[in-house]
This record gives sequence, structure tokens and C-alpha cells, in this order.
Amino acid sequence: MEIMEALNHRIGSKRVLIRRHSLTVRLSHWLNVLCMTVLLFSGLQIFNAHPALYWGQYGADNDPSVLSLEAAEEGDGIKGVTRIGGLSFDTTGVLGVSNVDGEATARGFPSWITLPSYQDLATGRRWHFFFAWLFVINGLIYMAYGFIARHFRRDLLPARDELSPGNLRHEIVDHARLRFPKGEKARRYNALQKLTYLLVIFILLPVMIATGLTMSPGFDAFAPWLLDIFGGRQSARTLHFITASALVAFVVVHVAMVIVSGLFNNMRSMITGRYAIDVDDRTEVKP
Amino acid sequence: MSRIITRRRFLIGSTLTASTLGLSGCDALVESPKVQSILKIAEGLTMKTQRALIGDDTLAREYSLADISPSFRANGTSMPDGAQYQDLLSRQFSTWQLEVGGLVERPAKLSLAALKAMPARTQITRHDCVEGWSAIGQWSGVPLGALLNQVGLKPEARYIVFHCADEYEKTLDGSGWYYESIDLVDAFHPQTILAHSMNGHDLEVAHGAPLRLRVERQLGYKQAKYLMRIEAVSDLSTLYGGNGGFWEDRGYEWYAGI
Repeated sequence: MEIMEALNHRIGSKRVLIRRHSLTVRLSHWLNVLCMTVLLFSGLQIFNAHPALYWGQYGADNDPSVLSLEAAEEGDGIKGVTRIGGLSFDTTGVLGVSNVDGEATARGFPSWITLPSYQDLATGRRWHFFFAWLFVINGLIYMAYGFIARHFRRDLLPARDELSPGNLRHEIVDHARLRFPKGEKARRYNALQKLTYLLVIFILLPVMIATGLTMSPGFDAFAPWLLDIFGGRQSARTLHFITASALVAFVVVHVAMVIVSGLFNNMRSMITGRYAIDVDDRTEVKP
Repeated sequence: MSRIITRRRFLIGSTLTASTLGLSGCDALVESPKVQSILKIAEGLTMKTQRALIGDDTLAREYSLADISPSFRANGTSMPDGAQYQDLLSRQFSTWQLEVGGLVERPAKLSLAALKAMPARTQITRHDCVEGWSAIGQWSGVPLGALLNQVGLKPEARYIVFHCADEYEKTLDGSGWYYESIDLVDAFHPQTILAHSMNGHDLEVAHGAPLRLRVERQLGYKQAKYLMRIEAVSDLSTLYGGNGGFWEDRGYEWYAGI
């Protein structure tokens, strides 16, 4: 059966390059890769200055935390303890306590994932806010383009039939089996891709910016309603962390999908804009 | 008590290891002066944008009595160890005087009793530490704007500098004394007060007795404690490290609205 398909595929189709990503999308994508990388690593540096999260308007050492990365004494040394609500885990070596120059050191996140690698809140903040500006400007240009050039409507808005339970179930099963659309179907994003990208673009990234701004005492004076939306500055800080974690999860899956669904073709399309698909011999293809 | 770890302090502690192991590529980039000067663009952009959005007299949110933190974390110095301060403390600050000088028409010295006799503003606000934590407390004190009107600013005054009684970092050249500065927009903001009371009591030593600054639209390191002298200046470059504050001289932003 599979041999037949492969044979069919060879005989009845040809490989063509279509235009997949516009220049604006490609530039904003790679700028975003840079910004989000720096924001994540410098964000973890900032987090390490006080590696605990709270819920509500206030929260400090003597208040109950929802998450904390602590160093606890154990015998002659220290061990890393991660507390989430009432649960605690030994995370020595990674969270709470990790090696700095070969020595076990109290540190929220380990040095290989913070920018700079050593503890330096002032520098972490400088990097974070510079790249936050770049990220926001990049995002605004992308948003304007997305609406004006109809990128959102044309490429990301799912059609009604794509959202039917049957189709979604079908796509989930295909994804789980790592079977990806071929031929004409590969011209467009499938519904799962569309929904995921919409979630990232219109919910996760805006929540990231809004919760970040809610932590600013200056911006709070301008928009105190942000405190009400997120339930306080400390809640906003916690949500900033959770949303960042969701974005990391998205990037992990995104990169994995890029690799398994054709690394070379995907990378070419995000760099040059051209994406190869197999089409029926008889159809005329506009590049 | 935790301290914000400064870059300088880190460098002193780890010069040896860094030079023997070699800094990673990322860290070398981080320490390039050119990169640092580019990153500083963000601070100016943030300040200009926030100032344009907020409006000079817009208040920071004020909370209710029920919102006050059960325990307000004390940060930075919690007991200045200098002989002068210890002497003032032993006399319950009865001999303490706030000196107001620099570019002012009528320099003044005010006792704690005189400050407490002035009309006060009381506000319940949130204190946001640069490290990430927050605490809510009630502050009462003299609006700085009223005091500045009393002494009269000279036209060339641009910044108000706060000199403190705590030497936060012991250095040979005396560059470790805590100080802070704000511009006139924040100096005349209605919530900018010289607080002598917290949560209905005289300010505790850990929170800056006898007097501390509250600048409610900025981060905790701006809220200078143990005030001794207020100075109006035209520019900040001649003071200490030239960046307008103890932490500013150690890499932190002068505009601490974010």
C-alpha cells in the first residue's frame, strides 16, 4: 500500500516551490526569535533576584508563595527545593541550588539559562527592557501588516468546516502520528496550526506584555485597571511567569514540528519565503 | 536580610575565577561598554513614554487599611552603624535636623518636631522592590513640594538630591553612602512625601527613621531612608558616581518607573 502510494506520488506529481511567507513575516519571525530568547534568559535573571511568586497585590518573604525555588541546609551542604503550593520537590543541581564554578550555590535558575550567567539584576533588567521595546515595536509592525495585508484573514483565520469536531479530531490524530498534509493541502496551515498561532499572537504575547507592564509602578499610575484585570501586581508577576512557560512549551513543540515535518523545506520557507509542495502533474501552478 | 548583588560586588568576588576560566561568549558581550550604551537607549525611551502617558500629577493607586501587608519587609540597611546616627538614635532624634540647601533661596534646618507640625499627607501605597516583591504600607509625612516652596528653589535647580545616614557599602573613598535623586516632576507630585510615620506609628529604624522619602510611581530603591540632607542641584554628574543614586552608580536605571 505504502509502496503504491509512493509510486503514485512519483509518477503523478511534481515538486514546485510556492511563495509561503512574505518578507514582513520572515523578518518579524526572526527578530522575534532573537527578542524572545533574550527576554527569556534575562527574565530568568530578574526572577532569580527574588525566586518566589505570589498571588494578590503584595507578596514578599513573609507572605505565602505559590511557587518558590529555595536553598535548604542539608548536612554540611545545601540542597535545592522547589515548592509549588503545598508540594515540595528536591531539585538540587537545577532549581534552587546549582553549580557555579563547581560549587553548589543558592540560585533560582541555573547559570546556563540566565543572562548574564552570573547574578546581576541591573544588567538583566537593561537587556530585558531593551529587547522588550524591540519586541513590542516588532509586534506592532507585524500586527499592522497582519490586518492591512490580510495575512490574519487569509492565512490564520480558520474556515468554519476546519473547526468541525470531526476535522479537528482527524487533525489531532494525524499530528500524533506525525502525518502531515501533502500536496494541495500543504499550501495552507491546518486548523491546529491556525488555532495555535492565533492563541500565541492574540492571547499569550499580549498577556505577556500586559502583565509585564502591570509590574511597572509608573505604568500602573497610567493604567490602574491592569491591576484589577490581573488581580494585583504580584498576581501579574505570577501570570507573567506562567505565560512565559506556556510560550516556552509552544516553542518546544513548534521547533519539534518544524524538524519532523521537513526541516530543510520549513527553514527555506522562513528564510527565502519559498516552500516546496508536491502537486498533481496536470494542475497549473502559479509560483 | 537580602541585598541586591551589584555587578561591582560580583566582579570583586569573582575576578579570579573569571580570569582563570574565561568568561563565556555571552558574558563578554554583556560587559562590552558599547553594548551597554546601546541598551541604555531603552531607559530614555521608557521614561519619555511613561511621562507622556501618565501625566505629571496622576496618582499611584492608593489602597485601603485592609490591604496593608501583615509584615512589611525592610530592605537595604536596617540599622545604620555610623557613630553620628547611633548618637541621634540614642536621643530619639531630638537633636536630628533635616538640612535643606543647595540651589534654594532660603536654606533651612528643620527638627523632627517642626516637620511633624507641618501639614501632612497620609497614603496607603504599594512599595515595589526592584527584586520583584511588593509590600503595602501606610505613610504619613510632609509633601516635598510644600517644603520646597517654603525654601524657594532657584531657577537653575533641576533635581532634588537626598543624602542619607547609611553607608551601604564600605569603601575607602566614601562612595558607598546611600543617596538618591528625583527631578522636579516627581518632587512636586502630590504623593511625594517625606514620611515620618508608617502604619500609624513613628517610622522604625528598619524603615528609615526618622525620615524617608516616598516617590510612589517608582521602585523601592528610590525611597531613600535615613534622610539627613536635601540638596537642590542643576545636574547630577558631580555627585558621587555621577548617576544620581547609590544603585544608579551600580548599573541600575535612574528612572525607576519600571
